[in-house]
Amino acid sequence: MIRALVSTFLEHVTDSSWMPSASVEVLRRRAAQLAAIRQFFATRDVVEVETPTLAAAGVTAPHIDGLREVSTGYWLQTSPEYAMKRLLAAGMGDCYQLARAFRAGEQGRYHNPEFTLLEWYRVGWSGTALMAEVQALVDEVLGQAPVHAMAYSEAFVAAGLPDPLIASDDELEQAACAAVGQLPDGLNCDGHLDLLLDAVVIPSLPSRCFLTHYPAAQAALAQLDEGDARVAHRFEFFCDGVELANGFVELTDAIVQRQRFVEDQIQRQAAGLKVVAIDERLLAALQAGLPACAGVALGVDRLLMLAEGAHSIAQVMAFDWGRA
Amino acid sequence: MASYSTNQFKSGLKIMLDGDPFSIVENEFVKPGKGQAFNRVKVRNLKTGKVIDRTFKSGETVEGADVMETEMQFLYSDGEFFHFMNQDTYEQHAAPAAAVGDSAKWLKEQDLCSVTLYNGQPLSVEPPPHVVLQVAQTDPGLKGDTSSGGNKPATLETGAVVQVPLFIQEGEMLRIDTRSGEYVSRARD
Repeated sequence: MIRALVSTFLEHVTDSSWMPSASVEVLRRRAAQLAAIRQFFATRDVVEVETPTLAAAGVTAPHIDGLREVSTGYWLQTSPEYAMKRLLAAGMGDCYQLARAFRAGEQGRYHNPEFTLLEWYRVGWSGTALMAEVQALVDEVLGQAPVHAMAYSEAFVAAGLPDPLIASDDELEQAACAAVGQLPDGLNCDGHLDLLLDAVVIPSLPSRCFLTHYPAAQAALAQLDEGDARVAHRFEFFCDGVELANGFVELTDAIVQRQRFVEDQIQRQAAGLKVVAIDERLLAALQAGLPACAGVALGVDRLLMLAEGAHSIAQVMAFDWGRA
Repeated sequence: MASYSTNQFKSGLKIMLDGDPFSIVENEFVKPGKGQAFNRVKVRNLKTGKVIDRTFKSGETVEGADVMETEMQFLYSDGEFFHFMNQDTYEQHAAPAAAVGDSAKWLKEQDLCSVTLYNGQPLSVEPPPHVVLQVAQTDPGLKGDTSSGGNKPATLETGAVVQVPLFIQEGEMLRIDTRSGEYVSRARD
């Protein structure tokens, strides 16, 4: 009888979705790479920390949607940034984390709703110094190669596009339309920039390239440039057309940070999205005093995908979303 | 008709755009870490066959197209319409020559075809992947030459012209791959 039930049940598993999306050989190499990353930080006296995956506060960011645990209403963290800044404000010093992060609706060749982020902070460092350390880490995993750096607006102009710091939104909309065909309704200036970045700028970048000086409207949690308030101390790193890391010289001013969170909420409300409460514990930590620091988050699955020459991050994860 | 969110997009999904039915050819989710998420798709217009690029904000919804692919038996052509029958329901459909298009040259009475219906009307017709057709006309070949590599044109009973080996004679039955339009082999019977 039980045998019959069991065999009936087994007939329902007709596909191969029980199997990993990565080969066991890849998973063994993944383990070795994670060990090498930990060694990289150990030799540099950067301390490994662990912060909650589930926490009371979510993020206000206009284009990042968190997932919520049903019974507590706590948020699965979209990055360990806020908790790590609270540690920094408490005197933790240089620290890193290999964290699981969660983002609703992000699924594709380079996206999985659950993924691994390597996030680290350097107290008193400049953006340039942190970019050099990102390069050193990437060299260690992918092998050495020349690295370029361009300002965000410089990269647009080099790709034959209007200068984002000068162009009108109409010009950007026309350029986006020429690049990707008919556009969806209701895109704002940053929507046009995001499309152009993906469709035109990124494919034209050198193999390994930093983009620096992001427009102030996309500063997120970065300080604005003291000399030119149109741009922020934010950089991203691209490798073979894949967005690999995002870094800031961190905003330490609690009042400015609150303003940005409120602006996020207004933007979400205007877009008909759910407005998320501000993380008051982060703001209290900034109020208490976040030391001057630079921080960066790097997509580990994407880095390992490039190291393996794989087509998608699913090929370097044990079980991707479709098999989770 | 149901509507679909961009997170349900996959190749083969049939959707309505600008009043026409389209089939998704490719779907790519793109999103800068802190930026707007988009689905960039290639879609084929099922009326014209033309493939175009479209970009959606992720989370947008689009109306599904009432498009169904059904296996039907080709009955006959009256010159203006090609008549098909659903063998399960015995329902008959008349497809205008424009909907049949190039497939017409492979259609032999009683063969099973894939007919795409849009709002119940035939939109396009796919012939079976392989058909057996009789040679109506071809120049006399070299009898007994089954090895040398040469080809010659042969006109089949449906009017299609294919390249065949030199040894093929008029009246023979040939197996043809309709996707490539190429001769495969002689048919046994």
